[in-house]
Amino acid sequence: MKTESVLEKVLASGELAVTGECGPPRGALPEVVQEKAAMLKGYVDAVNVTDNQTAMVRMSSFAASVFLRQMDLHPVFQMVTRDRNRLAIQGDIIGAYSHGINTMLCLSGDHPKFGDHAMAANVHDLDSLQLIQTVRGMRDEGLFQGGAEIKNPPKMFIGAAANPFADPFELRVARLAKKVKAGVDFVQTQCIYNIDKFETWMEGVRERGLHEQVYIMAGVTPMKSAGMARYMKNRVPGIDVPDEMVKRMAGVPKDKQAQEGIDICIESIERLRQIEGVSGFHIMAIEWEEKVPEIVKRAGLYPRPQV
Amino acid sequence: MITAERKPMDEIMGMIDGCGRILLVGCNECVTVCAAGGRKEVALLAAGLQMASMKKGRALDVREMTLERQCDPEYVEELAPHIDQVDAVVSMACGCGVQEVARRFKKTPVYPALNTKFMGASEGPGIWAERCQGCGDCLLGLTGGICPIARCAKRLMNGPCGGSTNGKCEIGNDVDCAWHLIWERMKELGIEDRYEDVIAAKDWRTGRGNGPRKILREDLA
Amino acid sequence: MEQFEPTIVAFCCHYCAYTAADMAGSMRLVYPPNVKIIRVPCSGKVDTLHIMKALEKGADGVLVAGCLEGDCHFKTGNVKALQRVTYLQGYLEEIGIEAERVQMVTMSAGMGGRFARITTEFTEKIRELGPNPVNAGGSRLAAS
Repeated sequence: MKTESVLEKVLASGELAVTGECGPPRGALPEVVQEKAAMLKGYVDAVNVTDNQTAMVRMSSFAASVFLRQMDLHPVFQMVTRDRNRLAIQGDIIGAYSHGINTMLCLSGDHPKFGDHAMAANVHDLDSLQLIQTVRGMRDEGLFQGGAEIKNPPKMFIGAAANPFADPFELRVARLAKKVKAGVDFVQTQCIYNIDKFETWMEGVRERGLHEQVYIMAGVTPMKSAGMARYMKNRVPGIDVPDEMVKRMAGVPKDKQAQEGIDICIESIERLRQIEGVSGFHIMAIEWEEKVPEIVKRAGLYPRPQV
Repeated sequence: MITAERKPMDEIMGMIDGCGRILLVGCNECVTVCAAGGRKEVALLAAGLQMASMKKGRALDVREMTLERQCDPEYVEELAPHIDQVDAVVSMACGCGVQEVARRFKKTPVYPALNTKFMGASEGPGIWAERCQGCGDCLLGLTGGICPIARCAKRLMNGPCGGSTNGKCEIGNDVDCAWHLIWERMKELGIEDRYEDVIAAKDWRTGRGNGPRKILREDLA
Repeated sequence: MEQFEPTIVAFCCHYCAYTAADMAGSMRLVYPPNVKIIRVPCSGKVDTLHIMKALEKGADGVLVAGCLEGDCHFKTGNVKALQRVTYLQGYLEEIGIEAERVQMVTMSAGMGGRFARITTEFTEKIRELGPNPVNAGGSRLAAS
């Protein structure tokens, strides 16, 4: 075991791991974080805490992660390279580790253009791969990037994102391989709606044996309505929603669409768990955290293992 | 080349408000090629400023000059005989030229008529696009001759990110995904295997990270 | 108050509008004496600076007359002329001069009637618009 991370322990045990997501509020509202976290408690092994998600200012991932720790939940501390340089990044990592945060997710972050601070400078002193390398160096060699020794180095379980659906598709396996080479321990994928395409990607992953070098958690997001399905299909870069799924959502009455979305999500999990190399699920119920217990239970992922 | 675009006329007119006589100075180098501050653009701006002043019933004497290179003291010196006769200089060079004129003539205000944009190449008549950010440590040899620092919206040295769609960047359909281009080029060159070499975190000291940069060639100094 | 007589400069392409003007004359069609014709080898030869200088020196309106779409003797000179006129209209608005004072028109060499009609209408439009504000300011300046 590389770290004390509960997520690492579950994954290493061979059980399917489950993570959820908590988007911090746009204000000093600890109760919002606590309410969302409370809904997930007991149903997931760890909770991703997003970092200025969609390039909008929110309570910092660090601060919100500390609230989760206080509730004895295990945060996956997300960090984007868009907003801080390598000094702030490394400072935050040792700070977070001091608060008992031992799992993180390394991302480049949405471009500022998509948020409400399009005028902001995007830092990108490092990219997500270089962030993975940095965190691994801090953990395994006990060194800051500048070469100095770290006293009590942070033992972080290192995650990253993987998008099997973006273009060029043929590059997507190679990109995962590159993250593995940089030192990633687990990846959470972009929301999967096109399972056929995901299977094709996984075939490529298995051909290269990557599934034995990194834990792959399949990302799922329940859709609330046919409108959301259409929006994700047409407007969100890097998400692939097949036409049949939009049709299926639109085919049921409006008041039944939310339930249909949950059903689709559970069916997806059923199918995805059959795929060799899938080690768990990342359930991103965006502003819909209360549905996570139902999804976890109905998908047969409850109770969560005690490790 | 260094590319530039003329500032809005309101802004230029605001800067020279109150001036009776100005020296409008173009540059024969980059800004001539990108049609922003050469002899012709100087003439067009001079006519525009004069017309705008006359419309308000005010006299404005505009003297036009275009230097061979405004970023070179040798050529800037050519302004010396005229400088005392004007209230201000309006420069149509890039930021380098404006600063050279300001450095040489301490008592005359110098105003920029252009916004300096980027180092780029011409993609066709009337189109210029960014190509280089002058990071001081060229990695084009690793990326198939396409710069991810200048051409990826996130400056990713190990891209593409998850937002690349049909060869276009997530920030807009009119922006090529630099990493898609790099990948296609690597395939053409038969060096796909190099894609998986992780490009290490960059030492930005060679760029702006270490303060303003200077080159000293002792054999020429 | 006497009627304002605008000065109109018409840059006329040798292969169409210039001949059309000639034809209008030989057909004894009347067009306003306000129009000063400048023959150019192609409307694409007309530079933004030529138009600016005409306005700066006192013209109240400028016409750029080229060949019908697809008929340019030099293939795309008329297309380029239109692009320049459009660019210049934006520039004029920036300095507070009405964009309508500059217009691109097209015709063939045989369209004497069209030449007479266009120049008459344009002269009328500029008459309504009033004198080039540059001239008005210039005379205030001279008086002061």
